Amino acid sequence: MGYPHKPHDREMPVLSKYFGDAGAISLDGWKQRGGYAALRKALGMAPTEITAIVKESGLRGRGGAGFPTGVKWSFMKLDDGKPHYLCCNADESEPGTFKDREIMRWTPHALIEGCAIGAYAIGAETCYVYIRGEFTEPIARMEAALREAYAAGILGPNAMGSGKTVNVYVHRGAGAYICGEETALMNSIEGRRGNPRIKPPFPAVAGVFGMPTTINNVETLAAVPHILNNGADWYRKIGRADNPKSTGTKLFSVCGNVQRPGNYEVPLGFPFKDFLYDLCGGPLPGRRFKAIIPGGISVPIQTVDEAEASFMDYEGFVEHGTMLGSGGVIVIDDHQNLVKQIARAARFFAHESCAQCTQCREGTGWTTRILERIVAGDGTSEDLDTLLEIADNMTGKTICVLSDSCAVPVVTGIGKFRGDFEALIKTKATVMVPAVV
Amino acid sequence: MSADAPADAPHAAHGAPHTPVFVGQARAELDELGKRYPTKRALLLPALWMVQHARGWISEEAMAEVAEVLELTPAYVKGVVSFYTMYHQHPVGKHFIQVCTTSPCAVCGAEDVRDAFLRHTGCEALGVTSADGKYTVIEVECLGACGFATPVMINEDFLESVTPEKVPDILAGLK
Repeated sequence: MGYPHKPHDREMPVLSKYFGDAGAISLDGWKQRGGYAALRKALGMAPTEITAIVKESGLRGRGGAGFPTGVKWSFMKLDDGKPHYLCCNADESEPGTFKDREIMRWTPHALIEGCAIGAYAIGAETCYVYIRGEFTEPIARMEAALREAYAAGILGPNAMGSGKTVNVYVHRGAGAYICGEETALMNSIEGRRGNPRIKPPFPAVAGVFGMPTTINNVETLAAVPHILNNGADWYRKIGRADNPKSTGTKLFSVCGNVQRPGNYEVPLGFPFKDFLYDLCGGPLPGRRFKAIIPGGISVPIQTVDEAEASFMDYEGFVEHGTMLGSGGVIVIDDHQNLVKQIARAARFFAHESCAQCTQCREGTGWTTRILERIVAGDGTSEDLDTLLEIADNMTGKTICVLSDSCAVPVVTGIGKFRGDFEALIKTKATVMVPAVV
Repeated sequence: MSADAPADAPHAAHGAPHTPVFVGQARAELDELGKRYPTKRALLLPALWMVQHARGWISEEAMAEVAEVLELTPAYVKGVVSFYTMYHQHPVGKHFIQVCTTSPCAVCGAEDVRDAFLRHTGCEALGVTSADGKYTVIEVECLGACGFATPVMINEDFLESVTPEKVPDILAGLK
């Protein structure tokens, strides 16, 4: 629901039903709301049955890549005799995204239940929930909930009396965007620098501690208990009737220059125009939307026309020049200097580059320096071509996609808003941005 | 690691003799955490958090202690410490203030919040601790609370929807 605002009647609160409800945080409160029924059911099923249901539901990864969750789980060979691991990616660091934080703050047991089911389904006895270090409150809520779950025998060597071992542990990060990349996350759990690994081997073959591993986003795992409780059919029918590839509900975090920022849960395929104007309340008084980044700062920038024509699902956003990504909607209005914001995004990536690949280490830095020079009024007519050339060198050439992600706002910014760049270069003046309070 | 550690842990001074962190209860706590992982190395991030909570920052001597406890080299430990932005390699102000200024917050006026903290704490510049040792202000990249612009972290406390006008009251409320 539209937390911190009251729910909108066009939302479909499944994961967010209890956001803002302090009663849902404790184990007793969670059980009163139907909690752990799905885990009990799951522990009585064969792991392959659970995976089959998740596959049939059409659930896809909610962290950004959108890979089908059941298919990912089926890569884990249950009879290989090796220890398996589940890693829950709670590193939520993609600018514009703040949904997993609310799941952990308000419904920590929902995530623990999803983790336990996921671990059991892939033959793992251990799940690490990797939470970014800055999320002190979600970490405290998760740790308190885990203590309750262990004390109640829900987790541990005889989970819910099933005779099966299911452990869930919090692993606290320490400030590194790149650790949201799955192989960097595994390195970080192992006590290493968070450098992404070259794939293959893929995590399902050799992941954390060299063992078969599955990495799922918080929102993905939190959806699993609902699928087991209500059935794959129920989940599969949520979404656009003419797009069976995107099913279920999705949390969208909305920030920037809108009337009502916050988290909203809608069926995938919801019309983006209605979302922006009806649910989020449209632009601030006297202003107009200028550009929309719908899936976290790594996805292509949309013009308002593109955004208004989009349906909010994996395919709907691709049809209009961008991606669903993590569902972090960043709204930028006509009171902003767009070039300055793109420069700020580049500075983010330069700061967060792990620096092991040359194209990224050098490219993010030079992109930032050139953009900041343009914003300062010292741009030259060759700068845009130079930026595009650097961006080309940064795309598809590195171990992970951080480098590509830095190139995206530059390429789509120059491609769709070239006039904004040229105006800055021509006037050679620093544009002062009015403060928005 | 526990996030509910004391927010105002005593900050060991630069160059002060190192007293071991991993003795008694802390050692027992680390050993207990060790049951969660198949390798000793995996205890490195949790151990570094324990050092920072106990000392306020992570000195080279503390890194050497962690290395010995976990059977790693001091150079390896320093390599990991220096990778992660939240580990302090130097003492910081009693109140370590991190203001998010990444794009989603920047479009909502985060830079003015940053400037208000600098002005009201008397810090000369970002990253420079105030003369009285009370404050250090830095910019931080995306705190993951973009809908609550501008989020600010002060030690382990996470504040939402901070505006420049609220800064004096926030500072007055710090102990």
